[in-house]
Amino acid sequence: MPEHDEEVLSTDELSTDELLVEEVSIDGMCGVY
Amino acid sequence: MPLAQRSQSPGRLADLFQLGLDAPICLTWELTYACNLSCVHCLSSSGRRDPAELTTEECKRVIDTLERMQVFYVNIGGGEPTVRPDFWELVDYATARHVGVKFSTNGVKITPSVASRLAASDYVDVQISLDGATAEVNDAVRGPGSYETAMRAMRNLSDAGFRGFKLSVVITRQNVGQLDAFKAIADRFGAQLRLTRLRPSGRGADVWHELHPTAEQQRSLYDWLVAHGEQVLTGDSFFHLSAYGSALPGLNLCGAGRVVCLIDPVGDVYACPFAIHENFLAGSVRDDGGFESVWKSSELFRSLRTADTGGACRSCGFYDSCRGGCMAAKFFTGLPLDGPDPECVRGYGEAALASAPVAAAPRPSADHSHRKVPVTIGRRRPPRRDCDENPLAGFAAAP
Amino acid sequence: MTFDLDLPWQVDPRVSMRPEPFGALLYHFGTRRLSFLKNQRVLAVVRLLADHPSARAACAAAGVAEAELPAYARALAALAESRMITERTVVCP
Repeated sequence: MPEHDEEVLSTDELSTDELLVEEVSIDGMCGVY
Repeated sequence: MPLAQRSQSPGRLADLFQLGLDAPICLTWELTYACNLSCVHCLSSSGRRDPAELTTEECKRVIDTLERMQVFYVNIGGGEPTVRPDFWELVDYATARHVGVKFSTNGVKITPSVASRLAASDYVDVQISLDGATAEVNDAVRGPGSYETAMRAMRNLSDAGFRGFKLSVVITRQNVGQLDAFKAIADRFGAQLRLTRLRPSGRGADVWHELHPTAEQQRSLYDWLVAHGEQVLTGDSFFHLSAYGSALPGLNLCGAGRVVCLIDPVGDVYACPFAIHENFLAGSVRDDGGFESVWKSSELFRSLRTADTGGACRSCGFYDSCRGGCMAAKFFTGLPLDGPDPECVRGYGEAALASAPVAAAPRPSADHSHRKVPVTIGRRRPPRRDCDENPLAGFAAAP
Repeated sequence: MTFDLDLPWQVDPRVSMRPEPFGALLYHFGTRRLSFLKNQRVLAVVRLLADHPSARAACAAAGVAEAELPAYARALAALAESRMITERTVVCP
């Protein structure tokens, strides 16, 4: 999801900023070949 | 949402990392500069072993540190790590201490019996390198026979029941048309496909201008990756492409010194494997305090962890998505670190390259490449006095 | 995603949990999945799960306010979905 500066977040569309837990693939770190 | 609740928002992961992590999330550990191959784009300029490489005991002390720091997994590479005589001893030492290992190999030592042993272990993952879906394309970059070596290794792993090992490809101008074919190879062997970015690092600096994908190819690569979602890994190496639209899976930021780093064969700690250069050298595992103190307190890493202000990219509406791209790609093409990535999808990098003098691009001082020809005149400084070179210099042979 | 706050939960034994300045990292050695806990309070909740008869009780013990409970339930649901936490079959004494 692209990052935007938004003043108002709709309550039924939480951005990942709001989540207390985020999952990322263990292969999702740049700098590992 | 009421303002009071919004102010408690945890925010973006990328921002949370500025506090620094107690340990890297993954780190790459190159065990040796020795390699049986001489890939033209090798990021570590590997080929010949360095006489100062870490001993078996020193490696075990590093693994003890990784265990203490609770590093989840380490990507072991090189050169070709399996040519080290103590390779298996070290892998076992790491896994016995709950440090997960993924090792990156050209496949040379993945025999059927080695494959069986790997298939039986929960803590070891394998990554086979291949840069062409055909021998013609692959061997042009990795050398004659390397395609067969990789295919044989994958066949052995598949036959041994190892599911989900990684097939890792560096995307070039020559192979970007073979993405479906790479996926078919991965599917055939029960492997997971991984596509990564070519960087102008190590020997890659010599071939980057001819081998890196064109802007058009880059766009089609992005579209293909989006279409394949989480099925195809990227090691977050294409986060600079996020400016095209939706971000690809991954943290989408430069991990160097923040969530990843490199330990090289002589114990030097660099910000990332694509940045093997004095400017990105944080310290050594042989320093007092070892790897842990380098990770936590080195000046280089502290400075990398402070907030990116964007520099020349600040005014670009896409900076938030691409974060200014890859530090190593900028550095080794001679571009300023606070400006666009050489492959910036908006074209700003291309414009910057056009005015950057190629001759000024930095080179690392170390080069472990195999010597194809003996060192000759023209590559060395002339001696100050004839006697420096040869005591008989200037003496004509007796008739 | 419905998460039952009134059941007992625990962290999967194959999960390695590493506290960080921002919160914590959880890595599951079986699934190879990686989760980020983005504040200290959600880490506290996760650590207390095994010692409480319900996730709701663990949240209360960690100081989660009523108004915040839905956000924490969502967090726990995500962890359950990725098998970082599992239902406990034996209630603690």
